[in-house]
Amino acid sequence: MAMALRKLGWGGVLIGRRGFSSTGELESSSSRDGKLVNLFTAVNQALHIALDTDPRSYVFGEDVSFGGVFRCTTGLAHRFGRQRVFNTPLCEQGIAGFAIGLAAMGNRAIAEIQFADYIFPAFDQLVNEAAKFRYRSGNEFNCGGLTIRSPYGAVGHGGHYHSQSPEAFFCHVPGLKVVVIPRSPRQAKGLLLASIRDPNPVVFFEPKASTLKFIFRQLCKIYQCWLYRLAVEEVPDADYMLPLSQAEVIREGKDITVVGWGAQLSILEQACEDAEKEGISCELIDLRTLIPWDKETVEASVSKTGRLLVSHEAPVTGGFGAEISASIIERCFLRLEAPVARICGLDTPFPLVYEPFYMPTKNKSCFRLCTCEREYTSMTKGQYKRTTFHLWILFRQPIRALTEAFVQILDAIKSTVNY
Amino acid sequence: MASSSLLRRAISSAPSSSLLRPMSARLFSSDETVLSIETSVPYTGHKIEPPSRIVETSPKELLSFFRDMALMRRMEIAADSLYKAKLIRGFCHLYDGQEAVAVGMEAAITKADGIITAYRDHCLFLGRGGTLVEAFAELMGRKAGCSNGKGGSMHFYKKDARFYGGHGIVGAQVPLGCGVAFAQKYNKEGAVTFALYGDGAANQGQLFEALNISALWDLPAILVCENNHYGMGTAEWRAAKSPSYYKRGDYVPGLKVDGMDALAVKQACKFAKEHALANGPIILEMDTYRYHGHSMSDPGSTYRTRDEISGIRQERDPLERIRKLILAHDITPASELKDIEKEIRKHVDDAIAQAKECPMPDESELFTNVYVKGYGVESFGPDRKEIRATLP
Repeated sequence: MAMALRKLGWGGVLIGRRGFSSTGELESSSSRDGKLVNLFTAVNQALHIALDTDPRSYVFGEDVSFGGVFRCTTGLAHRFGRQRVFNTPLCEQGIAGFAIGLAAMGNRAIAEIQFADYIFPAFDQLVNEAAKFRYRSGNEFNCGGLTIRSPYGAVGHGGHYHSQSPEAFFCHVPGLKVVVIPRSPRQAKGLLLASIRDPNPVVFFEPKASTLKFIFRQLCKIYQCWLYRLAVEEVPDADYMLPLSQAEVIREGKDITVVGWGAQLSILEQACEDAEKEGISCELIDLRTLIPWDKETVEASVSKTGRLLVSHEAPVTGGFGAEISASIIERCFLRLEAPVARICGLDTPFPLVYEPFYMPTKNKSCFRLCTCEREYTSMTKGQYKRTTFHLWILFRQPIRALTEAFVQILDAIKSTVNY
Repeated sequence: MASSSLLRRAISSAPSSSLLRPMSARLFSSDETVLSIETSVPYTGHKIEPPSRIVETSPKELLSFFRDMALMRRMEIAADSLYKAKLIRGFCHLYDGQEAVAVGMEAAITKADGIITAYRDHCLFLGRGGTLVEAFAELMGRKAGCSNGKGGSMHFYKKDARFYGGHGIVGAQVPLGCGVAFAQKYNKEGAVTFALYGDGAANQGQLFEALNISALWDLPAILVCENNHYGMGTAEWRAAKSPSYYKRGDYVPGLKVDGMDALAVKQACKFAKEHALANGPIILEMDTYRYHGHSMSDPGSTYRTRDEISGIRQERDPLERIRKLILAHDITPASELKDIEKEIRKHVDDAIAQAKECPMPDESELFTNVYVKGYGVESFGPDRKEIRATLP
């Protein structure tokens, strides 16, 4: 069955995928002929292409046929018909199970869970059915054509159930290719097409939109379309894929490696710029795929810089940052000049009020970048030798002083947020 | 019977209370003459003989229905503008159009009975005796809110009135409601729990799991499907093989009710409560309609026509129905009903002003209530080194 699937759908594109050893080439060569679109239009384009190139692909989910709440599926039902693009009842477990069955029959099932927060009723199907189907049937069956798309992450006012980042749960499940989180429209299109055509079940999280599209569009111009989750960017019209499990260095630096994914990269980019003003040169890496993740790129970078900061929106404890941290310590222990730092969400439920306090904001990231860089100059035989930088005070009275410093940051954030 | 109106409850906690009191007295609100009114739509039963269409009421009750619904309607309209002014964050789901369900249900039951619902919870909270200030403060995330400003629109609770709250995940509250009903039965409380869900949630698997358990153990659980005909943006017939939700319990009896008629709802809930106490679960399908979109981010007009909405407003509006009844029975002149609405409007505005004055919760609230107080679990900051607070 798997063989039949391969013959049917992937053909040329799979070969094409092998060709992309570096994405930079693709992006520079094709950026001229694309249109300026936002992430959701890019996802929409990818879905059009996926349905167009493979007659055995289907798109479904809650409210999908009239365009979906984020307008990602606009026009699909009209063009490809209600047999291939359809609404489901509100039943996430049913959607996931249905998609697994459809995929097991050699089809490409592209299911949407409306918000990543709603994915938990489907958790059982994904963890126990999808992930282990190939393994427990001794390769007789698989649901490799399965792709679950879901918007994740904070929007600024989403509250408890429209803001969570559940990616780490799925990273703990061997058998799922987890979680490609695109940072920009062009990335979204290429990664989504690659995920759809990947012969493994993939959970694909997308950063969410907000209604402030137009305001952000202006901002994006200021940031030169850089990394905004709502950024508009030139996206090639063509069918292209970006390789999964390949991280991308999006900013070169020599003092500290910064790893993130998805919308958080825009925050990190700004933090890196601020740190640059403090004389700290940051190397920023977009991980792009979480499982299996590109350890080599991160390792190479940390070997160069000697320091690592990982950042994600999900709570710090048990987040995917912990996995990255542990792996890098295993691989780069003797080359590390400071402990790995994590700037993540707090260990609380996602709050309705004080969302900026919960979030790994720019200021928090920048503060940590500075401390991480200046804490230690060298590490010998397990003993840390501190620099003479003013932050040494922080270590003499660690908890109080650091808390005060943190409160100052909180105040700064608070003063900029208008409730 | 509704012993006191929402409005009066709301007034008692507000500084401007003296404004409305004399007027309430002027209206014949104490007139308890029995009026028998026939519901315009008959009930349809599933494996059960439906109750009579003749509902007994009184001028007092009709007026309190009118006030309560007008207050709910006004509150939701005000919440709409507060959301658009970005004073309400989070997601906000409005109840306007469905008021008759909250009001009619409340009239049939006591505070010993439990109510649990999904995220469209503002008006049920008011119905259970919550105040406007608490509601608006919660909507705006202020300290004085019913969940201390930590829950927001989707998470209103009122423990003393057995309102087990708003729940954010579609359908997840129904099994909880059955658990509450089990406790009531076990403790021999002689009370029931109403678990409300929408027609969208009716397709969730956990609903049927809960129903089976309730039927198996004869729990006093009443599953109320508020069928507003659209599960988010999908029309009921697109999502459900059988949109006869009252029949979907199969082995569990059901009753289809005109959910735009507070009196029909009252009669049905009274009937259901008696049934549930004696025989176990029952499903009530309330045929109702929401005027707003699913949530504030849904304009509500992409999947249905404006004509449909205005048609329902003209023909079936629950508030207008009660107004007509009041006028037809010559209980109060139309001008006085207008005055009541004006007073309500002012009252809502006062409550909003009061809620706006209210401070935000303390910053430390971010860390509280994650676990039980004094449990001693540490919550860490963005980096473990920076904040290390033992949860209060």
